[in-house]
Amino acid sequence: MTQPKKRLLDTKMVPVPSQSIVPERDVDKRPVLETRHLGIEFGGLKAVEDFNIAVGPTEICGLIGPNGAGKTTVFNLLTKVYQPTTGTVLINGKDTSGMNTEQANRMGIARTFQNIRLFSNMTVEDNVRIGLHNQIRYGMFSGILRLPQFWQGEKKQHEKALDLLSIFGMQDMANVKAGSLPYGAQRRLEIVRALATNPSLLLLDEPAAGMNPHETEELMQNIIKIRDQFQIAVMLIEHDMNLVMGICEGICVLNYGRIIAKGTPDEIQSNPVVIEAYLGSQHKEVE
Amino acid sequence: MISLLSHLMNGLSLGSVYAIIALGYTMVYGIAKMLNFAHGDVIMIGAYISFCAIHYWNLPPALALVAAMAVCTVLGIVIERLAYKPLRQATSLAVLITAIGMSYLLQNSALLIWGSNTKSFPDMINVPAISLLGGELIIKGEAIVTILACVVIMIALTLFTSRTKMGKAMRGVSEDKGAAELMGINVNLTISVTFAIGSALAAIAGVLLCTAYPALTPTTGSMPGIKAFTAAVFGGIGSIPGAMVGGILLGVIEILGKAYISMELGDAFVFAVLIIVLLVKPTGLLGKKIHEKV
Amino acid sequence: MNKKLRSNLITYGIVILAFIVCQVAISGSIDGFKMTRSLKGQLIPICVYIVMAVSLNLTVGISGELSLGHAGFMSVGAFSGIIMSSWLVSAFQMENELVRLLLAMIAGGVFAGIAGVLIGIPVLRLRGDYLAIVTLAFGEIIRNVLNTLYFSVDGKALHIGFNNPNLTGKIVYNGPAGAVGVDKIATFEMGFVLILFTLFVVLNLINSRSGRAIMAIRDSRIAAESVGLNVTKYKMMAFVTSAVLAGMAGALYGLNYSTVTAAKFKFDTSILVLVFVVLGGIGNIRGSIIAAALLTLLPELLRSFSTYRMLVYAIVLILVMLATNSPMMKSVLSSITGKIKALLSGRKAKSGKAGDAA
Repeated sequence: MTQPKKRLLDTKMVPVPSQSIVPERDVDKRPVLETRHLGIEFGGLKAVEDFNIAVGPTEICGLIGPNGAGKTTVFNLLTKVYQPTTGTVLINGKDTSGMNTEQANRMGIARTFQNIRLFSNMTVEDNVRIGLHNQIRYGMFSGILRLPQFWQGEKKQHEKALDLLSIFGMQDMANVKAGSLPYGAQRRLEIVRALATNPSLLLLDEPAAGMNPHETEELMQNIIKIRDQFQIAVMLIEHDMNLVMGICEGICVLNYGRIIAKGTPDEIQSNPVVIEAYLGSQHKEVE
Repeated sequence: MISLLSHLMNGLSLGSVYAIIALGYTMVYGIAKMLNFAHGDVIMIGAYISFCAIHYWNLPPALALVAAMAVCTVLGIVIERLAYKPLRQATSLAVLITAIGMSYLLQNSALLIWGSNTKSFPDMINVPAISLLGGELIIKGEAIVTILACVVIMIALTLFTSRTKMGKAMRGVSEDKGAAELMGINVNLTISVTFAIGSALAAIAGVLLCTAYPALTPTTGSMPGIKAFTAAVFGGIGSIPGAMVGGILLGVIEILGKAYISMELGDAFVFAVLIIVLLVKPTGLLGKKIHEKV
Repeated sequence: MNKKLRSNLITYGIVILAFIVCQVAISGSIDGFKMTRSLKGQLIPICVYIVMAVSLNLTVGISGELSLGHAGFMSVGAFSGIIMSSWLVSAFQMENELVRLLLAMIAGGVFAGIAGVLIGIPVLRLRGDYLAIVTLAFGEIIRNVLNTLYFSVDGKALHIGFNNPNLTGKIVYNGPAGAVGVDKIATFEMGFVLILFTLFVVLNLINSRSGRAIMAIRDSRIAAESVGLNVTKYKMMAFVTSAVLAGMAGALYGLNYSTVTAAKFKFDTSILVLVFVVLGGIGNIRGSIIAAALLTLLPELLRSFSTYRMLVYAIVLILVMLATNSPMMKSVLSSITGKIKALLSGRKAKSGKAGDAA
């Protein structure tokens, strides 16, 4: 945090009415994600409180904070793994109250997990095909009776899956069992699987964890590529400040379940409250 | 009115037996996070041992009970060490299937040793019946002993888990095995002790059960075992008072259901209660909510 | 894809080959190769248990939910099949046994499927051990309820009595005494067709969009939800398909005996089928077929062994679980299979070289 990090994107951020900032190019468009006073309690403990954020439809946004700040809990609230005790989540302007994870995904929100959750007994291609489940469809009976819809659907799924895998150059691993992939490849496969659901917002939970600097560099390029190619928003939790400062356009800092700062990478790096949260307390694992 | 009271007493007494068995299930589930399907068959082995002790070795009832408890304790520890311990990291499906295999192993071993003929269990409890309400309501001695035994065991177990070092170790292991190990708790020993206590209780339950229902066969334990598991789930698995409450409620429900609704559907009634409880409150009456970490 | 297809074709091939061998043995056209009467009597039960095992594998292996009440669906299928068959005779004087058997099996499948939906709605909300114990409970409830029911056919009418044996017409299902005077119309050929049908349904389901969704939910429920899979729908799909197939097998089984009681479909039967699935390999369809066939035949072949049968099953079940799930046994096993593989590949390499030289 002490010296400024290299930035790959230089975006002008502008404030919007909902106490947040979005890239200038997105300012006239409806935000892909908006939260209003989002909060959750676990047995009286407020894990996340009054979380307000707006994410532009093509924004790359970072969610950072010391360990235990509630970052993953925010992801779980956005994807409806947890139901919030207060506030609402709007995806593309639609209220998601009362929805479950599956419905939230159909609304256009896809995610990866901090501790990888692949379908490890299935092949790489099948993992992506499951991501395509709601995109390329045919019914159970077409499948059992091998009707023409089955053959067409399978062909489309196969082509689309290889197409998506090629983003990370993984098309040659299509028939490998997902569980036997190296760690970095498993993280990449999770991203491909999430992308396959055709989201408008992609949530990445520590995508660079366990990667070496070279792999991280590649990942940063790929995240930008994904954003440009698919024209979607990306929100990521990450402890690697090179990655966060390098590609995030807007950053939101969380501490003890509350937002303590929002701003561009430059603003965040020089924000005394943020430096205090990271360095002033006992949390020293972040450089 | 009198018949209702006498049904209630029968229910209470049957429920006490369920509660004692359910305690074994609940303790093992709390610590090893596994459904010990063979627990019901340990009851049956306990009953056979005490039957043999009285019938063939002419031991007094008290010694027969001690013999049954001793054999079952050893049996419980051996089963855990041989079949369950190697599977601590395995899926719950694998552990459950192994436990089912163990249940069949015990039943069929009993079949080979004692045959399939029904053994008429001797009356081990010589306590006079109490007659109340001018002799209209008679409470059998067995019922009194069973209910008392249940209360005593319940109090003893509660004191054990809250006051003794081993009891605290058990609670520690059931919360977090890894952390308990790091704190210097011998996890293997703790789990063995849990199985030992559960199995000794099963022996007591076996004797009490067979005194009330004297027909002893190799499958005697399986139905009460399943019902006691139901009771444990009903009360909230992992909770000692829950097992007690669940067992007694289930016994009363079963007897009343059989008496007032349908004799044939008595068991169906018990299982219907289980299903309803699980749907309304999946963690049982006194159970804790379990969060899945994402 | 090709690998899967080849594996499936081998499975079909094994079944068809076994059927042909059985037919040759029944006809006795080859000297010294004739099936004994007692073995012949086992053919239909073998078909039934194969279908039971394959269908249970769909729930346990593919969908990952331990069901301990599979025999319950079998019993629903058996009795609805028997009642259907008697009703067809009574209502339409239908004598064609093949059509009756087919309709009876369809009825068995439909009613077992309905039972599957009714049971699946509450059960599939539960997880793990709880789900297992509730399926067991439902299996027992079905058996208990069957003991209180009475059915009779009277012309086109079908009478149902609850705890009431005094029905008009011909009693076909008599409470605890079960189905009586059943027309034994089940045939081995139909059993063979049912196995092929089951394989067709299960294998095609597994290798389709729905099947992948079912397996994904098994591997990680949370991840499956996160990519928009409807967990309940696909769990239900596997559970009900499995129930329908068990019901059809049940109908075939019921129509193979002149009297059938609900006691035949006790918890033990569910466990027996589970043993087939576990020994054949959880999730391995071909394994289920082979295990079900061999283990149904084995006691027949070794008569003296039959008193120890369940004991041996129990021991084998425990040993298989230990061997496949304990980390220590796993490493021992993998080192042994590794050595065997090395030995085999070494031999192959050598023979390959010899071929080159030639």
